[in-house]
Amino acid sequence: MKRYVVPPLGGFSPTGSRWTGRLKAVLHALVCMFFFFFGTTAHAEFRFPMPEFASGYTHPPVHVPGPSNMMVGWDIVVLLSTLTLASIFVLKHRKRREIFLLTLFSMIYFGFWRNGCVCSVGSVQNIMAGICDPDYGVPLTVLVFFSAPLIFALLFGRVFCAAVCPLGAIQEAVAVKPVKVPPAVEKVLSVFPYLYLGLAMLSVAMGAGFIICQYDPFVGVFRMGASFSMWIFGGLMLVLGIFVARPYCRFLCPYGVLLNWCSKLSRRHATITPAGCIQCDLCADSCPYNAINEPTPSEVPETREQGARRLGLLLLLFPVLVALGVGVGCLLKEPLSRMHPTVRLAERIAGEELGRYAETNIESEAFRASDTPNEKLYAEAMEIKEGFGIGRKWLGAFIGLVIGCKLVSVSILRKRTDYEPDRGTCYSCGRCFKYCPVQE
Amino acid sequence: MNKNTKSGRRDFVRGAAAVLIGGAVLSAGRSRSPRLVWQIDPAKCTQCGRCATHCVLAPSAVKCFHSYSICGYCDLCGGYLRPDAKNRNTGAENQLCPTAALQRKFIEMPYYQYTINEDLCIGCGKCVKGCSVFGNGSLYMQVRHDRCVNCNECAIARACPSDAFKRVPASDPYLLKSDQERRIV
Repeated sequence: MKRYVVPPLGGFSPTGSRWTGRLKAVLHALVCMFFFFFGTTAHAEFRFPMPEFASGYTHPPVHVPGPSNMMVGWDIVVLLSTLTLASIFVLKHRKRREIFLLTLFSMIYFGFWRNGCVCSVGSVQNIMAGICDPDYGVPLTVLVFFSAPLIFALLFGRVFCAAVCPLGAIQEAVAVKPVKVPPAVEKVLSVFPYLYLGLAMLSVAMGAGFIICQYDPFVGVFRMGASFSMWIFGGLMLVLGIFVARPYCRFLCPYGVLLNWCSKLSRRHATITPAGCIQCDLCADSCPYNAINEPTPSEVPETREQGARRLGLLLLLFPVLVALGVGVGCLLKEPLSRMHPTVRLAERIAGEELGRYAETNIESEAFRASDTPNEKLYAEAMEIKEGFGIGRKWLGAFIGLVIGCKLVSVSILRKRTDYEPDRGTCYSCGRCFKYCPVQE
Repeated sequence: MNKNTKSGRRDFVRGAAAVLIGGAVLSAGRSRSPRLVWQIDPAKCTQCGRCATHCVLAPSAVKCFHSYSICGYCDLCGGYLRPDAKNRNTGAENQLCPTAALQRKFIEMPYYQYTINEDLCIGCGKCVKGCSVFGNGSLYMQVRHDRCVNCNECAIARACPSDAFKRVPASDPYLLKSDQERRIV
């Protein structure tokens, strides 16, 4: 940073006659007048000399309050203890009320009290930024916020979603009249989190900003302040959340993708029944998230050969889907690269040079003031576009693979004799516990 | 037997996932940083006015700072008076600041002290522009850390046209223009 030459403190003459004071006044006024009219041509470090005060005046101190958010150490403690408590409530106590109270606590603490930042959902971006850019330092808090919920998911399922995540908590709090979403719709919409995750990772890798934070619908509610469009988005999500429980978690949350994978492998997981399932059917409609898998019918609807043939066809479809994804990615080169501010600026500057815009905007004015040659900006923008060119293909291939996996997962018939929570999508919210008539 | 091999495979995949998470964390955390907070580099700031409008807080966490030790204490202050001011006095019609947050006090002939009323300042940067165009640049914008909630990605940094926002260590969270300033926390 540019440091300014500063005259030493003190040294103000303690005495001075009235006449010298008057003389100084006239001189100062003259200097001021001179610069007021010709000021823009002067390029001195300081236009006006620092005055020497006759009255022994010393200037007041500058108020530099320290960061108020210094409770980050506590955040780690609270995160780990709420995760532990949530695991105990879900796996041992099995009481919806306790889980819900912990959810409310998390909403108030992580959301309204700590203003929803940094959260685990957003921490994915910091981790990606840390991996891509060796100079990007990731603080310990963020590392813990990223890894702790995943480790807990590997051990106990998605207890983080159940009672710790503030974004999940606020949706859980408004979900008063949940309706069932048709499973087919649910399956289709559940591709979006993968797309969102892929886009966010691409954006971070290219240095185009943290889109998960930018489009976080509830952080504005926690802070009681957001842009108009984000208020609308957050408000819509909350209103929708009354009927479609946890719309963000199910159809958008990018961190939920990782939790889903980890939870599928979980060592222990919440069960609907405390002992053995008696197939009474009572819990079947209790889950607003379509996360209860019904027992498979005793007679198989198709022969083994038919199933194998379909699976083979789907596996053959994989390369087609991936190629299709890459193709769609290729089509999206321009809009994707426009996520990056430098590309947008370069296009704006080029447009202005070509006379496409009547006026300059704030960005182009700031760029022109910085005296950077246009060619440098264009070269930088081209390099970024290049990077997006590779990234979008990976993104397309990833989405193709995801769709393929989803198709395979709906086509495979797994033998189940009991009602079981789907380990990947179950949020361990505990709604189904009270529907089970079996006593421990 | 079948069940055992299945659970063994599951354990293995779980272990692999744990190693993957650990690897991601280690790789991301290889350059550990101290706790960082957002701050404005006054040398880059162009006073576009977005600090007042793009902060997640209302009013913004960015406010004007005054380094007295580089101030000229002018009567004719480019930060205080509108360019088309009729008179050099404290009349509201003469003031550049829309909220009258920049306050003027007579010290001695011909010097006036300019103080920022932090409660009134909205961080619009009008006075900063005036002071840098006609003055020593002793007025400049800074993120006030008693207000800043330190978002993961600062909303103003995203909107800043001159890339003036950067992260600085929380132990030294201000980029004051002068080292000679007496500071109170």
